Amino acid sequence: MADPILTLSGITKTFPGVVALDKVSFDVRPGEVHALVGENGAGKSTLMKVLAGLYHPDAGEIIYQGQPVQIDNPLAAREKGILLIHQELSLSPELSVAENIYLGAWPTNALGVLNKRKLRRDAQAALDAMGCSFGPDDRVGTLSVAMQQMVEIARSQAFSANVVIFDEPTASLTDTEKDQLFTTIRGLQRQGVGIVYISHKMDEIFELTDRITVLRDGQVQGTVTTRETDATAVTRMMIGRTLEAYFHKADSTFGEEVLRVDGLSLQGQFEDVSFSVRQGEVLGFYGLVGAGRSEVVETLFGVRKADRGTLQWQGAEIPLPTPRQAIDLGMALVPESRKEQGLVLMMGGMENTTLPHLASYARSTVMDRGKERATFDEYKDALSIKTTGPDQPVSTLSGGNQQKFVLAKWLCAGPKLIILDEPTRGIDVGSKSAIHTLIAKLAEQGLAVIVISSEMPEVLGVSHRVLAMAEGRLVGEFEGDAMTEENLIDAVSHHLARPAAE
Amino acid sequence: MSATNSITKAGGHSSVTRLLMRNHIWVFLALTIVVFSTASPYFLTINNLGNVLTQAAFIGILAIGMTLVMIDGEIDLSVGAILALASALAIGLQDHIGIWPAVFVGFLSGAALGFLNGTLVALSGMHSFIVTLGGLIGIRGLVFIYTGEDALMVGDFSYTEYPEIYLGPISLTAMIFIALALFFQWILSSTRHGRETYAIGDNIDAAHDAGINIKRHKIINFTLCGALAAIAGILLSMRLGTAEPNAGKVWELWTIIAVVLGGTRLQGGYGSMWMTIGGVLTLAVLRNGLRLLNTPNYVELMVMGTVLVLALLIDKLLSRQEA
Repeated sequence: MADPILTLSGITKTFPGVVALDKVSFDVRPGEVHALVGENGAGKSTLMKVLAGLYHPDAGEIIYQGQPVQIDNPLAAREKGILLIHQELSLSPELSVAENIYLGAWPTNALGVLNKRKLRRDAQAALDAMGCSFGPDDRVGTLSVAMQQMVEIARSQAFSANVVIFDEPTASLTDTEKDQLFTTIRGLQRQGVGIVYISHKMDEIFELTDRITVLRDGQVQGTVTTRETDATAVTRMMIGRTLEAYFHKADSTFGEEVLRVDGLSLQGQFEDVSFSVRQGEVLGFYGLVGAGRSEVVETLFGVRKADRGTLQWQGAEIPLPTPRQAIDLGMALVPESRKEQGLVLMMGGMENTTLPHLASYARSTVMDRGKERATFDEYKDALSIKTTGPDQPVSTLSGGNQQKFVLAKWLCAGPKLIILDEPTRGIDVGSKSAIHTLIAKLAEQGLAVIVISSEMPEVLGVSHRVLAMAEGRLVGEFEGDAMTEENLIDAVSHHLARPAAE
Repeated sequence: MSATNSITKAGGHSSVTRLLMRNHIWVFLALTIVVFSTASPYFLTINNLGNVLTQAAFIGILAIGMTLVMIDGEIDLSVGAILALASALAIGLQDHIGIWPAVFVGFLSGAALGFLNGTLVALSGMHSFIVTLGGLIGIRGLVFIYTGEDALMVGDFSYTEYPEIYLGPISLTAMIFIALALFFQWILSSTRHGRETYAIGDNIDAAHDAGINIKRHKIINFTLCGALAAIAGILLSMRLGTAEPNAGKVWELWTIIAVVLGGTRLQGGYGSMWMTIGGVLTLAVLRNGLRLLNTPNYVELMVMGTVLVLALLIDKLLSRQEA
């Protein structure tokens, strides 16, 4: 077996309060495709940025072609022959293909005048080596996403890369484009290039890679040979067992059905999703990132437009709503990225709470500060939010307290159904358990609650019923004694392990 | 790997339509010329068109520098004030150090202030809108202090004869404008610095990752922009024979209007000197044509405001169609 071309040993990287990488060791051999997998926050992107020279490790050693090296910046990485293919492509749409391939390394004479002929010729050679159908003079902005990706990969030929790192390269590709990408990757492999392949998608990993390294919470859980393992084992390594938190399951009686979804589909996102939720019930959605859970609830809420499917709201069939209609019906969606979607960070907690309901807090058009204050106090106590006062900007609060204001904002409208997308991501343990208690209390008050979570103990701990999702499909429904980690893992990984062609 | 052939290009327009869409300002300019030619018998004369070119040259030279800065994704609001300072120095210092040294100092003042703008933007991370807004006010103050709030008069009137050099109907001022525009178009299209301007304005992260020195690059473009503003100021002082403290007031706005009208993107990454020349000429033709028709000044402003919004609306519609 060939010696590794690139070896990381004991790489540690800390950010204030977080150990992003904890003594990570990892290597790539020439001509191998090495998968790097792990849930969000496991440390994959940090490791990648260390390799690309964007981060400098606090400790550990990088050995490249037998020599210890230091990678100062992305350019240095590229000059050494380590190339990162970004998920968000790193190209200038207004420049030509040739200019993009050699971005930052254009051939010039002493006066800085471009040697356009050489640039064009070299780029053409790189494109020919890849079998690309477009020319060096095409403007990158006119190319499809797949072709733009080829432009980035063409840099591997232009700079004679020895190691190419792909970060979720198939995220925005069609199936045909994906097959072509794999052909290209195998071509690189034959040239003896070592490839690091980061992905969430098990079928791709088992189709393409030779070895798999699993990261969890910044630590390597193990490196396995792809032939000798299966999706269930890898999933198990990825998810593992997290600290048992205290869970309080709602002790509620189920009432009328609030929402029923039938055959909801959205091309490329999810297929034929059907479920229902009753008053007082907490319905959990479990799945790995990219399974389509958020997309489903965003469609219910009208953020995305479904291709097919019907909705019944409190027993009556309704057309798919717009977000405004969804709010008026009594739906509330607490999105995953609270900073981007949930809060106006410069405003105080009180103003954030009443923001979607300003009409009910105003006399004609003038705001009723007293009424707003009363609502603020009510939710501050009910959710035990730690804030110095109604006007403290929410940007200065902890993640947990921010999340509580997002909840307060939706609760004060008196919704009938509340959808929580990853309600405890990125918040501390104490606030987590407060939010779990709150979920139980809401259900006990008769609300229907949908909780989306990638944390298995959480989803099992708070829900009465759990739906498992994988690759845009519902792959299992579990209730009562059937709600176990084993069953969820099996449901999700069995689906993932099936070949892509199916 | 012949399989890649089935990946198709986005958008299906022919290269001619694409070219027209990307240079719509020239179509617009041709239209305005046709309109004014039929409306006024004085418009389409060699003399008048030569005048239009001379009148366009001052905003035009400012617009060349502005285009460089704007493709970078930045803006320079201080060009009008720099123009006034350079013009004041070029005239005010003549009695002390002679004509050409005074002109040189005027030029240097513009380059130095541009360098200062660029350094502040690149090193502090402040937005160029703020930095050069400070420049706009501060430099204008400096001009008032230097001129003592009065117009400076040139002593040696041979100075005002240079603009009277004509090549046929084309004045020296206009020639300098055209020459500079062509030179900087070449810089943009054929030199490393020029192509980097696009890369930085278009996708600054990609440019940074590719090892392009963004700070140095931006400082160079701001310096060029300041130096060009000084050249415009010197040419203006030659033409008028005086340096008024209020010279070039709100010209930075007309400059930005001309550049944007041409089609250069305010957010950066896209544009060219051809477009800017088109924008500058369109503004000058509109102004000249409306004056020939004896349009009152405020109506002229209204028409020009409307035209600006219309032209940008067309640009928006075309770029949507292109995408």
